[in-house]
Amino acid sequence: MMASSYSTKEEDGHPSGASSHGGPGAVKSKKPDNTAFKQQRLPAWQPILTAGTVLPAFFVIGLIFIPIGIGLYVTSNNIKEYEIDYTGADINSSCYSCAKSYSWNSTTSCVCSVEFILEQPFESNVFMYYGLSNFYQNHRRYVKSRDDSQLNGDQSALMNPSKECEPYRTSDGKPIAPCGAIANSLFNDTLELYYVDSNGTRNAVPLVKKGIAWYTDKHVKFRNPGGNNNLTVAFQGTAKPVNWAKPVYELDPSDPDNNGFINEDFIVWMRTAALPTFRKLYRIIQKKSSTTPTLPSGKYFLNITYNYPVLSFDGRKRVILSTISWMGGKNPFLGIAYITVGSMCFFLGVVLLIIHHKYDTRNSSADIPN
Amino acid sequence: HKEPPPGAEAYIPQRFPDNRIVSSKYTFWNFIPKNLFEQFRRIANFYFLGIFLVQLIIDTPTSPVTSGLPLFFVITVTAIKQGYEDWLRHKADCSLNECPADVVQRGKVVRTQSHKLRVGDIVMVREDETFPCDLILLSSSRPDGTCYVTTTSLDGESSHKTYYAVPDTMAFRTEREVDSLHATIECEQPQPDLYKFVGRISIYRGREEPVARPLGAENLLLRGATLKNTQHIYGTVAVYTGMETKMALNYQSKSQKRSAVEKSMNAFLIVYLCILISKAVINTVLKYAWQWSPDRDEPWYNHRTENERQRHVVIRALTDFLAFMVLFNYIIPVSMYVTVEMQKFLGSYFITWDEEMFDEELGEGAQVNTSDLNEELGQVEYVFTDKTGTLTENNMEFIECCVDGNVYIPHAICNGQILSAASSIDMIDSSPGGYRREHEDLFFRALCLCHTVQVKEEVTVDGIKRGLHQGRPTSFYISSSPDEVALVEGMKRLGYTYLRLKDNYMEILNKDDEIERFELLHVLNFDSVRRRMSVIVKSSSGEYLLFCKGADSSIFPRVVSGKVEQVKARVEQNAVEGLRTLCVAYRRLLESEYEEACHHLSEAKLALQDREHRLAQAYDIIERDFVLLGATAVEDRLQEKAADTIESLHKAGMKVWVLTGDKMETAAATCYASKLFRRSTQILELTKKRTEEQSLHDVLFELNRTVLRQCSISGLSIDCLDFGLIIDGATLSAVLKPNQDGTGHSNYREIFLEICRNCSAVLCCRMAPLQKAQIVKLIKASKEHPITLAIGDGANDVSMILEAHVGIGIMGKEGRQAARNSDYAIPKFKHLKKMLLVHGHYYYIRIAELVQYFFYKNVCFIFPQFLYQFFCGFSQQPLYDTAYLTLYNISFTSLPILLYSLVEQHVTVETLKREPVLYRDIAKNSLLRWPVFLYWTCLGVLDAVIFFFGAYFLFDNTTFTSNGQMFGNWTFGTLVFTVLVFTVTLKLALDTHHWTWINHFVIWGSLLFYVIFSLLWGGIIWPFLNYQRMYYVFMQMLSSGPAWLSIILLIMISLLPDVVKKVLCRAMCPTATERAQVRHWHQLRNETEALYCLVPNFRMFFIVTYDNVNKLLC
Repeated sequence: MMASSYSTKEEDGHPSGASSHGGPGAVKSKKPDNTAFKQQRLPAWQPILTAGTVLPAFFVIGLIFIPIGIGLYVTSNNIKEYEIDYTGADINSSCYSCAKSYSWNSTTSCVCSVEFILEQPFESNVFMYYGLSNFYQNHRRYVKSRDDSQLNGDQSALMNPSKECEPYRTSDGKPIAPCGAIANSLFNDTLELYYVDSNGTRNAVPLVKKGIAWYTDKHVKFRNPGGNNNLTVAFQGTAKPVNWAKPVYELDPSDPDNNGFINEDFIVWMRTAALPTFRKLYRIIQKKSSTTPTLPSGKYFLNITYNYPVLSFDGRKRVILSTISWMGGKNPFLGIAYITVGSMCFFLGVVLLIIHHKYDTRNSSADIPN
Repeated sequence: HKEPPPGAEAYIPQRFPDNRIVSSKYTFWNFIPKNLFEQFRRIANFYFLGIFLVQLIIDTPTSPVTSGLPLFFVITVTAIKQGYEDWLRHKADCSLNECPADVVQRGKVVRTQSHKLRVGDIVMVREDETFPCDLILLSSSRPDGTCYVTTTSLDGESSHKTYYAVPDTMAFRTEREVDSLHATIECEQPQPDLYKFVGRISIYRGREEPVARPLGAENLLLRGATLKNTQHIYGTVAVYTGMETKMALNYQSKSQKRSAVEKSMNAFLIVYLCILISKAVINTVLKYAWQWSPDRDEPWYNHRTENERQRHVVIRALTDFLAFMVLFNYIIPVSMYVTVEMQKFLGSYFITWDEEMFDEELGEGAQVNTSDLNEELGQVEYVFTDKTGTLTENNMEFIECCVDGNVYIPHAICNGQILSAASSIDMIDSSPGGYRREHEDLFFRALCLCHTVQVKEEVTVDGIKRGLHQGRPTSFYISSSPDEVALVEGMKRLGYTYLRLKDNYMEILNKDDEIERFELLHVLNFDSVRRRMSVIVKSSSGEYLLFCKGADSSIFPRVVSGKVEQVKARVEQNAVEGLRTLCVAYRRLLESEYEEACHHLSEAKLALQDREHRLAQAYDIIERDFVLLGATAVEDRLQEKAADTIESLHKAGMKVWVLTGDKMETAAATCYASKLFRRSTQILELTKKRTEEQSLHDVLFELNRTVLRQCSISGLSIDCLDFGLIIDGATLSAVLKPNQDGTGHSNYREIFLEICRNCSAVLCCRMAPLQKAQIVKLIKASKEHPITLAIGDGANDVSMILEAHVGIGIMGKEGRQAARNSDYAIPKFKHLKKMLLVHGHYYYIRIAELVQYFFYKNVCFIFPQFLYQFFCGFSQQPLYDTAYLTLYNISFTSLPILLYSLVEQHVTVETLKREPVLYRDIAKNSLLRWPVFLYWTCLGVLDAVIFFFGAYFLFDNTTFTSNGQMFGNWTFGTLVFTVLVFTVTLKLALDTHHWTWINHFVIWGSLLFYVIFSLLWGGIIWPFLNYQRMYYVFMQMLSSGPAWLSIILLIMISLLPDVVKKVLCRAMCPTATERAQVRHWHQLRNETEALYCLVPNFRMFFIVTYDNVNKLLC
């Protein structure tokens, strides 16, 4: 289609005598330019992938990857992690009754507790996560069920949330703030950790609830409507999400910097997880002094205010205590993968060396450039 | 004069169009609807429109923007391009339509605009003006009623053609006289053939019966042609105005040829469409299986809206299916069509830009008439070439003539000066006698008279005779046939000079410097079926003579006397030497015979229907009972490097067939000279001579046996004896003719094809133009379906050029018809080598990579989304952000592959030219066959699995950052996407073998663009968006060490299999191309001091020669 059109252009555009009688001027103008690009003679590097050239690269990669892999693996192994499942699916578990007797309408909360023993002390900062399984935070209907404008403090969006929030958009004719399925299903178990010392007294482990959400989320993406002055007034005319016990401006009445939409627990929950089994940062246990470990080894007591039902969809709830290195939490996969790829490259290098020598003499076409 | 007089034959009023030329497709008003309609007729665009509409109607995972924007982009770009082209056409039309034209109205010349002309107007045209429409020539300023015209812009022939006025109106001199004409013209419906016109003019004079005159192509002045050497002419607008002119009819596009690559591309598309549909079906089914329990379908945290709940399950399932289709629709990339089209369009410029294919003499380079077939040039298996003008120069030189066996050789050429007439004849066998003398005279006169050569006068010379009398040739001959010019010039050297045609009298200056005048009565024009031409003249003594010259095969059967044997022997001898021979004969006509001939001719000429056929019959009756005079020999030299080109084509695995109308001996000699046949070639003959001795059946079977036996014997040895086949037109038609019994015919065809398959070279001689096309068709339809290429320069090659997969025209001496009808036009045969071996090869590997890569990168792109569905409850949750989905094909990965497909050179131009064998590497569509396609697709799937599960295991229940914070699903998608973009781009970098600065710029540039875009996209809260899910996601990801490590690791793992496969293949069984690369590499290393730099990421060495660096700096 294209070519035919430009050829006609040539024909009816200039019906000049295109023939051998044309003067020398006409000849000059028709002659193509002798530029490197038009003549396809641009200077170029012409690398070729032969056994000879790839060989050293393979060895080098092997040599780089294996140490990195070992380093990653060792780091990962040094990370201490302790996981407690407190779902209460099992009849022997302490939370069984809470899990069974659960109802959204009950005003009194069910409390249960789990005892566990840390064999080894956790030296540096310890991060406390809650984990959910079989919870599809990445379901499409769920992921899109939010209104980012509302969460950003937009007044009009506050009173008139996005259609995406349906069916968690309005309640009793009032707009829900924060609207949507994600906000509605905010994780609302309360976890408290106690260290049981040798005399049997329970010492509450101080849990820091700040610094668990992304800095940018907390300070830019999430904002309370009408500033942080009086949240009760700002949220007037809105309804609380159906499943919530209290409205959004009472999430953390003690700290105005952590209340309303900028409540960090809320922000953490609003970042939807990629996979149905996920964990979210709950609290941080700061290291107090350099001499004593953050969590010394011994007996611990986890107090759970059980509000969040998961058994209906076969879910599980966990608490994870973990230290962190420069490369994040415990994940042997990366280290193992690096070691595997490194050694594979090394092995392939050897294979290629053999092939190279065997076929090189036969083909006499490629030799090692070094 | 415009309306027929009352009482004339029934006049059917017909609406004639005005003289407006409309080559444009659209008007201002209908552009948008019509262009959109045209664009959505393409199946791909329609598909994307469908997806877009689905996205608009139902609730789909991705916003309509993701498919709407690319579609809008594609449609807009195409529309702008087409609109611009149409605007150019409008402009051209306007300038054509508004150019002034002179019309005779009420006895006066009135100036008007070209588009205001109507059928029946009388137009005056001055010298060097272009005819505004198709005109019948009424009268001319030249006294003989002729005018000269060039049709350069119509068919490219630069020679002047003579047109004749209608005899009855020839005498009109003034406007008033012309205006008084009262006549009607009948003619056939408009048709595009430039050289055919049949009509009749009836002139009314007072109350008399109208005089009817035949009108032929020689009376019809075509729009677009230019008047030359004639002061002015008057002509009526015959019939054809505006869009009915032959020029306009000829603009209509030819049938579209599709390349093999396009066919495989469409096949791949269908496969991908099936993959797409099956993915959607699988996911829909799994979704409903998974959702069986209501806790999964609607857990407490994730309820449906009331509306959705009430929907019927079938509708829900259908919606889900469509939503999956939308989610995966990117697997068929909208941008591929655009990229392919751009690649073809832009890529074809390299052919026109090629300096090596520019011919200084002609002042022209190669021409691309269609860019759809670029890659087909790299797939050619059979080359069908014309001989005259293609293999040979078509620059004729008179060598000798023989009259009754006596040979005359002009010596004039030897010392570079023209000798006096008498001394220039060298008689080899001189025994003058009365009989002989008479034949000699007749022979020379025959050659001086029997032609259609025109004398072109030099502008500065006022009288042509004077110049010639002084022995200085100030005029030269022009003719559409170079043979004729050679003959007339040869005659001049032998002492008989043809002076001119004046008032129907041909003037000859004979040896004794006397002027002889012959009245030219009739010209029986040459045609390729009859293969001869004749003139009937009346000598000054009142004798009627018919002179005829033509191919020996067409003359000898009509000869009744003369020294046939001697002439025949000489003709055969000359033919063996590769000379073109013509026989000359004459016949004395009695008055009565002449009258009868006249009658036949005028009857045939007057016929409105079947004129061609009737004329042929009339010619057949008149041209008989000849007396043989002698024969001429003209040499046609081989074109420069023709032999080298043919040898290269042979080495490249192509089979070269020569199809010619020439005699077998001449053609065979040319074939030997051009190395089509070598000394070692065993020639198999399948000619009329042999089939007369044996039956066709026996000959065919015998030849087949020979070929098969030879091949089975030499099957073991490398040095297989090669065969050459010679077949002539008569035998060919016998082979192809369906047999009466109905069983044999297909057999003959098969056997013939079997023989041809085993011959490296085939020569078909004595071919009619249509037979050439038949052969091409036969080969095209044989069971391997090979790709054919036809190359020729003349009008007789047009049929095969149109028939073959690729048609190449040579801008030769025989006009431009071949070049105009071809797909590509080149100045010389030798340019075919670069065209196929270099350009064809490059285009093929480029487009092959382009197609495979496009599918690969989209599998990589979409397959992770498919896998993600298993982890998000089959909810059609997209893995990547909308911006990434939209821009992946448009901007992140589009430019590198487009550039690759424009500039990649896996082997240098020199190597390709030096080693034609490399062409075999890509034969039979080797880079786009199913195994290769499967490899690319599997690689794509493997890479996609690596991306997805790599990220999956890294994300599995762990944290990435050193501050313990967690990432969400968008970070997961961004990680996969980053690995994807880098892998896919680096995969192309690995495939790139020709790294110019543009490649570096585009490849690294597009990666950089991706990073910058992502930073920007996540960098601010976008006010116009209703979601901010990408806010700081990319930056957070980059701030985590493990993310970097895993990106690097995953890129490595995905590239590794391909690198290993490449290296192993190269080491174990290198292709010829790869060997050539290595040789070139070594050569470079040895020649110049090479600089190695090891870039470990790419595991390859780059060589920078100082030479290149210097060039780069300059």
